[in-house]
Amino acid sequence: MVDNSYILSAIATIAVVNYFTRVLPFLFFNKSEPPNALIFLEKIFPPVIMTILIFYSLKGVDLTTKPYGAYEFSAVVLTFILHMVFKNYLLSIIAPTIFYMALTQGLIN
Amino acid sequence: MIAKTELLLAFKNSIGVMMGYLSLGFAFALLTISYNYPWYIAIIMSIFIYAGALQFAAIGFFNAKLGLLDIAIASFFINIRQSFYGLSLLKKFAYTKAFKKYLTFALTDETYALLTSIEIPKNIDNKLYYFYLSIFNQLYWITGTAIGVVVGSSVEFNSKGVEFSLSALFIVLAIEQYKSQRSIKPFIIGVVASVLSMSLLSNNMLLGAIVISLILLFLLNKQLGAHGG
Repeated sequence: MVDNSYILSAIATIAVVNYFTRVLPFLFFNKSEPPNALIFLEKIFPPVIMTILIFYSLKGVDLTTKPYGAYEFSAVVLTFILHMVFKNYLLSIIAPTIFYMALTQGLIN
Repeated sequence: MIAKTELLLAFKNSIGVMMGYLSLGFAFALLTISYNYPWYIAIIMSIFIYAGALQFAAIGFFNAKLGLLDIAIASFFINIRQSFYGLSLLKKFAYTKAFKKYLTFALTDETYALLTSIEIPKNIDNKLYYFYLSIFNQLYWITGTAIGVVVGSSVEFNSKGVEFSLSALFIVLAIEQYKSQRSIKPFIIGVVASVLSMSLLSNNMLLGAIVISLILLFLLNKQLGAHGG
């Protein structure tokens, strides 16, 4: 069963840290201009972390046994194509997920 | 004092976010329910955390029973981008008084985008408009989560593979970031850091990759900042 006290303290931790990231600039730069190093990170860090999160979310994939990550790869490609063509969040997330579920559950080959 | 003009304008401008948040909140709740977490976990998270990518990632943390300090550090780096949003809203939020705490709490990627990209008429009370806009967006997020919880708990289905919704979300957000920056370098750094971290430290991949990417950014600072600054 799920350990509720662990989950709830984890949620509290995330909630506090999340609020902290949002309030941070208001605490530090209410009166002064932010330094250049921060402005550099502001631009470049978000796409870096998003790329890392893509890998993080797929790190459980076993490339050494059949189907050698082909399901994940094709679902990633489908997501990419759908979002480039239709630019619709709902479609880009739901459709590849259903496709991936159908693949892993052996509904399509 | 309901201020109808502000309420209507905020609703109109928030419609674009509505579909996105309803569906994403829905997917998030389905994911939570599929791992057998109680129904209220998803709701509590959407009320008190209210951060798309982080809430999805959090389910991974819970499954891995990650320690609280690891969770805090990972959460900080996943959402550090939001600190940068505030930097460009210092002036806009300076006169929002009592609303400021909630506006800051509710500063998601999409709300930030709406606040900074849509021009509003001069006769509008800014702080009320910002407040309504922010609260509409969070209501969509919570509503989507609630619908997902109900559907996920009542409809019996094989949820194997539903975790791909997480990867799909990150891919979509990465594409959106590429569109706004038009530079491939940050993605290369992300790939290099991820691959290095996965081969070096398989059981703490996320933190490892973040640290490696920060080192790479620090080392490549000059080359990366050279164009565009």
